[in-house]
Amino acid sequence: MKRIFFRNKFLPYLLIAPQMVVTIIFFLWPAGEAVLQSFQREDAFGLHTTWVGLANYRALFQDPAYIYSLQVTVVFTIGVTALALISALLLALAVDRTTKAGSTYTTLLVWPYAVAPAVVGVLWWFLFNPTIGLMPYLLSLVGYHWDHALKGDDAMILVIISAAWPQVSYNFLFFVAGLKSIPASMREAAAIDGAGPVKRFFTITLPLLSPTTFFLVVVNFVYAMFATFPVIDATTQGGPADATNILVYKVYQDGFVGLNLGSSAAQSVVLLAIVIVLTVIQFRFIERRIEY
Amino acid sequence: MVENRPILNILAHLVLILGVLVVAFPIYIAFIASTHGPTDFLSGLIPLTPGHDTWHTYMTMLTTGMQTSGMPPLSLQMMNSLIMALTIAIGKISISIISAYAIVYFRFPFRNLAFWLIFITLMLPVEVRILPTYKVVADLGMLDTYAGLTIPLIASATATFLFRQVFLTIPDELMEAARIDGAGPMKFFWDILLPMSRNNIAALFVILFIYGWNQYLWPLLITTDASHYTIVMGIKRMADVADSQPQWNYIMATAILAMLPPVLVVIFMQKLFVKGLIETEK
Repeated sequence: MKRIFFRNKFLPYLLIAPQMVVTIIFFLWPAGEAVLQSFQREDAFGLHTTWVGLANYRALFQDPAYIYSLQVTVVFTIGVTALALISALLLALAVDRTTKAGSTYTTLLVWPYAVAPAVVGVLWWFLFNPTIGLMPYLLSLVGYHWDHALKGDDAMILVIISAAWPQVSYNFLFFVAGLKSIPASMREAAAIDGAGPVKRFFTITLPLLSPTTFFLVVVNFVYAMFATFPVIDATTQGGPADATNILVYKVYQDGFVGLNLGSSAAQSVVLLAIVIVLTVIQFRFIERRIEY
Repeated sequence: MVENRPILNILAHLVLILGVLVVAFPIYIAFIASTHGPTDFLSGLIPLTPGHDTWHTYMTMLTTGMQTSGMPPLSLQMMNSLIMALTIAIGKISISIISAYAIVYFRFPFRNLAFWLIFITLMLPVEVRILPTYKVVADLGMLDTYAGLTIPLIASATATFLFRQVFLTIPDELMEAARIDGAGPMKFFWDILLPMSRNNIAALFVILFIYGWNQYLWPLLITTDASHYTIVMGIKRMADVADSQPQWNYIMATAILAMLPPVLVVIFMQKLFVKGLIETEK
């Protein structure tokens, strides 16, 4: 907020109106409708709606399919976050060591971020295709029969790799920026005191990187839980037997394919609650990062 | 680098080279697949060296498309993607910069309420409120239109916050000087604020262009008519041929064309891209 400001009665409303109109029509109204619908039940023809209170939510959390989807989401989210963060950190540490070629490597490593998740899904789906793909062929040489259309674990590995691949670039850029902001004098002092590279990493680099890491964990959680819809849709479509049916995909399936409005709305509201919690955590953390 | 350890240096280069290879590998395989004729896939394994059908495959896809699955030519789909990406990027920047201007430089009733309403949009990704939003767009008769494709994605809390941040760092003296010289609010905005935020606008544009081009779920729901297909969603419709082997060479050519524009933007505007990425997350 500024100390001084323009005095004008109508102009500020005019300036803020477009944003407000779009927000209200396409964000608040639908979200409100989802909340209302989650307390209602519609009959098969969509003629009558009755208020059912928390029945939709109760049904949801007693539904084994939903509980299973929750578990799948947890495994998937942790898998994507761990894979994307650890590989990005390794690459960032390596770039931090190279003196001359660093920027060339960076260019070669960041562009997957620009590839659409749906296209990423198609690429990995092709590589792992059981009839023609290269990876199943290589795996068969070591005696493993890959088939993500039948084996749930194979499908989970496929979606985790596909979803983590573009996210590595993103995490990499933030880790490189984080490493640059650690004063060289600290690491030099530790080296003079006799700490080797491994000890320096665990006692100095990693603790000083923790704000970046924490921020990235939250961002990766949000990415894995909400932005990976295209990856799932292009690779496994939630299958086989719901083994990769994460919450976001289930909302779409139950709502658009199954047309179960009440349940889909209740699922939307649960997801909304998760997003809000994650956003609040992220914002509280940013307050702290400034004083760090 | 703290001290010279040749083994660690070699290790670092090895890790990086491995990383670059893992990143490039799927794209390489996709490109190779797109250069082969359809019969080359019958042997049961993806070819690893380039074929001779490149020109034919890409020209067919760009000019006629895949008629068997009702796909329009890719040139049309890429045009739709471009329209969508540009409209979303320019739209988001325009409405965000003026609302940030209103919030920072004016006092008016409901100012805080407006700020919080914008803040809430940050928490509602499309994927979460998909069904009710679809219903609103359908009720407004915006299915199969460019307006339906773009306007619901145009509100942006992130961009508004970014511009608010930028405006707050601009010294008050500038505005005082402008006022003393007799400039009104709109003149101040056009002649001083806009030129001063040029860099931020460019960085944000790069990020939003990629965001718009890569949209998948929204165009998938909104477009039923082939003339409004975008390339990123079209690729999925191509891969979904029931019960028959997909036409790999055409699908991979589409994948390459779908990723080319945003990847080129990142490579050639890397500085702006990194700036945009890191700033929008602050």
